[in-house]
Parts: sequence; C-alpha cells; structure tokens
Amino acid sequence: MSSLDNKTATTDRRTGSTPATGKSVKAPRGDGRAGTRDAGRKPTTTIIVTALLAIVAIYFLVPVYWVVVNASKSTEDLFGTNGFWFGENFQLLDNLKAVLSANGGIFPRWGLNSLLYSGIGSVVATYFAVAAGYALAKYRFTGRKLVYGLVLGGVLVPGTAVALPLFFLFSSIGITNTYWAVLIPSLVSPFGLFLASIYAGAAVPDEMLEAGRLDGVSELGLFHRLSLPQLTPAIVTILLFQFVAIWNNYMLPLVMLADEKLYPITLGLDNWRAQTDRLPEFYQLTTGGALLSVIPLAILILVLQRFWRGGLTEGSVKG
Amino acid sequence: MRSKTAPWLLLAPFLVLFIGTMIVPIIMAIGYSFTSVERSGLLGEGGLTNSFAWFDNYVAALTNANFVASIGRMVLFGVVQVTVMIVAATVLALLLESASARWPGFFRATYFLPYGIPGVIATILWSFLYIPGLSPIVDVLGAVGINIDFLGPNMVLWSIANIVTWTYTGYNMLIIIAQLKSIPGELYEAAKIDGATSFRVATSIQLPLIRPALMLTVIFSIIGTLQLFAEPRLLQTMSAGITSEYTPNMSAYAFAFQYNDIGMAAAQSVIIALAAFLLSAVALGVSNWTEKRR
Repeated sequence: MSSLDNKTATTDRRTGSTPATGKSVKAPRGDGRAGTRDAGRKPTTTIIVTALLAIVAIYFLVPVYWVVVNASKSTEDLFGTNGFWFGENFQLLDNLKAVLSANGGIFPRWGLNSLLYSGIGSVVATYFAVAAGYALAKYRFTGRKLVYGLVLGGVLVPGTAVALPLFFLFSSIGITNTYWAVLIPSLVSPFGLFLASIYAGAAVPDEMLEAGRLDGVSELGLFHRLSLPQLTPAIVTILLFQFVAIWNNYMLPLVMLADEKLYPITLGLDNWRAQTDRLPEFYQLTTGGALLSVIPLAILILVLQRFWRGGLTEGSVKG
Repeated sequence: MRSKTAPWLLLAPFLVLFIGTMIVPIIMAIGYSFTSVERSGLLGEGGLTNSFAWFDNYVAALTNANFVASIGRMVLFGVVQVTVMIVAATVLALLLESASARWPGFFRATYFLPYGIPGVIATILWSFLYIPGLSPIVDVLGAVGINIDFLGPNMVLWSIANIVTWTYTGYNMLIIIAQLKSIPGELYEAAKIDGATSFRVATSIQLPLIRPALMLTVIFSIIGTLQLFAEPRLLQTMSAGITSEYTPNMSAYAFAFQYNDIGMAAAQSVIIALAAFLLSAVALGVSNWTEKRR
C-alpha cells in the first residue's frame, strides 16, 4: 500500500519537474508552447515556410513513392515507362505473389528470420540492459565505476570493428552460420544500459525501494514488481531502438551467415539485387520485396513516432 | 538488509554477454593486429605459423595507399555530409518548432520515416533512382539538358552522401527538437517583450541552448561516417568508382575475407576504433572549450 502511494507521488513529481515533456504529451500536436508565439505571425510567412517544408517532404518521400508505383509494373514497363507514374499494366498483386513464391518461398522465410532476430533480440536485450542500468543507478557497490567505464568504451567502439573478430571467436566455437551467430551479439545494448540507468536514477525513488524492503520484498522483487512499471517509457524507447538496430544490421549477418535460409530480409534483398545484372526479372522481385519490407517498419515508425520522441527527450537532454 | 549480491545478479546477464561479444573480440582484434601469419608450402598446405609482429601490421596498414586514401575519402565525406546533414536537421527543427508552418506533425513524421528503412533497402531504392534507364530523375534531368552520372567515379561518393543524409536527417532533427522543447517558455516571452525577431530568437536563444544536442548528433554522425560499409558495398557492383577498399571498413572486410590477411584486417579495425575514440574526444573537448570561453 505504501508503495502505491509512493508511485503516484513520483508520477506527480516527475510531471512537475519536467514541464516541457509533460506539456508535449498533453498537446499531441507538439506545438502547445509554440502556439502562444504564433500570435503575430503573418500569413505569408506561414505559406512560405509550409511550401519550403513541403518541398523537403517530397525529397524524403520520392524513393518510397517510386517503390510503391514501380512495384506494380511489369519488367518491360519498369524500363519503358515514366518512373514517376504507373505503367500500362497494373500487376501489383501478381508481382507480390511472385516475390512471396520465388525460390520456394524464400522471401517469407527471410521476413520471419528478420522478425526472429529483431523480436527476440530486442526483448531480451532490453530486459538485460534495463536490469543492469537499474543496478548501476540504484546500488552503490565496488566496481560500479569500472562497469560504467567499460560500457562507455563499448558504446564508442564501432560495431563493425567488432564484427570481424567476433567472427573468428564464433568460428572457433563452431556457431557461425547458425541463428545464434546473429542472435547472441544482438542481445547486448550498451546504449540501452545508459538510457536505463539515467532514467532509473530519476524515475525510481529510493524511498519507494526502502518502503518495499521494509515490507519484505526481495531485491529482485523490488526490480521486477516496483521498478519496472516506473521504467516503462525507457523500456519502450530501448526496445524500439534495439529492434530497428537489429532489423537494419547488415555487416554482422553478412559476416556470420553463409546459408541463404538464415538470411534476414536486408541480406536476402541484397542477394536478389546482385542478380539483376544477369537476370532482369530480379529487378521486379527486388522492387516488390523492398516494398513489402518497407511497409511494416514505416507503419511502426509512424504509429510510435510520438512515444519514441518522448523517450528521446530523456536520453538526449539528460545524457 | 541491502544485499551485496543483488546488483551483480542484475548486472550478470548483461555483463556476460557484453564481455563475450565486445570485450573479448576487441582484445582478440588487438592480439591479431600484433601477429603475423606465415604460410609454409606453396598453397599454405604446410600449415600456419603465428609470430609476434610488433607494429608491422600497423605500419603496413598506414603505408597502404588504398587504406590511407579510404581514410582521406571518409574525412572529405564527413566534413561535407555531416555539416550538410546537421545544418539541415537544425533548420528543419527550428522551422517546425517556430509554429510558422501548417501540419508540423505530418512533416515531422515524414522526415523521420527514412530512419525506419534499413540502410540496405534505402541504398537499393536510391540505386534504382541512380541507374540510367530506370531512374525517372536521370530522365527528367536529361530532358532539361543536365546529364549527371550518379554512379560515375567522382559523383558516386556524393550519391552515397545523399543516401546517408536521406536516412539520418530526420533522426537528428528529432533529437534537436527534443532539446528545443526543453527551452523554458519564459525565455521566449522575454525575447518577445524585447521585440526580438524570429531570426534573433534562433541565433541568440535557441542555437546556444541546443548545443548539447548538436554535439551529440555530430559525434554520432562522425562515428557513423567512419563505419560506412553497407551503402558503398551495395553500390560497388553498379559503380566502377567503388573499389573493394573504398572505405576503411570495406578495406578491413576485404583483408579479412578476400585476401585472408587477418593481421592487417585486425590492425585496420583497431585503427578505425581508435579514430572513432579520438574524434569523439576531440569533439567533446572543443565543445567544452568553447563552452568555457563563452
């Protein structure tokens, strides 16, 4: 009961201490404060700025627009008709069917592999990173500074510089060219640890933990039952970042995997595109495959963008 | 009451994985970088002998004309691309936050969208927009008399820069927006009372106060530039301008997996990591120094 009281108190204090974040959550259009500033704005300024932003938006949308339009074309139309408009035959469904059934359904398998690497990798990595970050933020123990320093070094070392020696390490224990080779390195998120420790330092009050201890809650129970709910925004942010990072990874699977059946979507599509030189029909497969792999992440980004931004605030302003 | 084992219990899974997948490989890379492998027999069938090579691999890497050229290429790339991207991200963030535009939510989401598209897919999409015959952009430019070969030897570096800029501008913009939102409203009120123009508010209030976010984005971008790999590697088959040692990372990859020179590959990896460290430290130092002088 005492912990429950503490929890509401914390929430209040948090919203009170960071008014900007609180406001941006309440005013979802994000221009709550700025809205007071546009009172004297001239309409011509609005038109010019909006037009400018629209032109920039076109730049960001052109490749996406191109893939949507051209995934519906036949191979002849792909080369024979204007790339900015639809071809003579609209055969989007046929093309997507071809993508899904090519090479005995290898594309859906790549999709599942990507989902497996990113899904399992991000969930487990987030749990480990949050537990470790919470431990660093909420306990004082010998070796704490050392762990911090070690992990900071890990953040700054380029991931690709680690990929090569990791291959030799994994090949010496015989797990290259297996799911584990891509999955195990994906379970570590030094960035997540930092975000979690910064966030836990601010969002998990010591009084709440002490109250829990008096009530006889075990140390692990304090983390799982009392602290994790407080850390939800950080957890979502780390989860999303790690998911996207694993989904986008190219060098690690390229180094580790030889068997096409284990490929994630990125590596698989690269494989198809490499064959376009000799076999033009692979242009159509690659375009359709690119469309299919852009859609889920685009939706994810658009839906979660607002929530994500809240988490970014925590990470960048305090870090 | 407070147990000594609890923090280590919570840290253990992370630490075990972190040490196993980062610390051990880094130590291994350092070890390899000081080792030379001698193959005996004509095709290496006589077995391998490892010997301690001191700094031979580092000397070889730093006197390798292609590797040095790839570093120079990344410096040029970084100076231009990172500057363009951070300036663009800052201007977009300021415009979106100025409340002068309609539909800021739509624009923000649109600019951020490319971040969710993997570098490999982004490169494939843009490569289709670079290939003559397939690309409508090449057609349109050709129709008005501009003939650009996006994949030509001199142009392709900037075609890669375009892909990177396209992918990460919106992400950097969001980091800057997050910091802009943390500026207290009273400062804007005060500026308004003093009759400051929007331009003055941007240069005198907003830019100085978003300095930490700008530093963060610059450092991340520099580290990202040093690691450039997927984009040039994918474009390699389409452009004669891209060699297999085009970027430092591609060079390390080529030495490890094509030339079977592990010592050289490891030395190059260590040099890349050290360079990332140094550049980040210099960027932080410059930031602190200018901060103190203000």
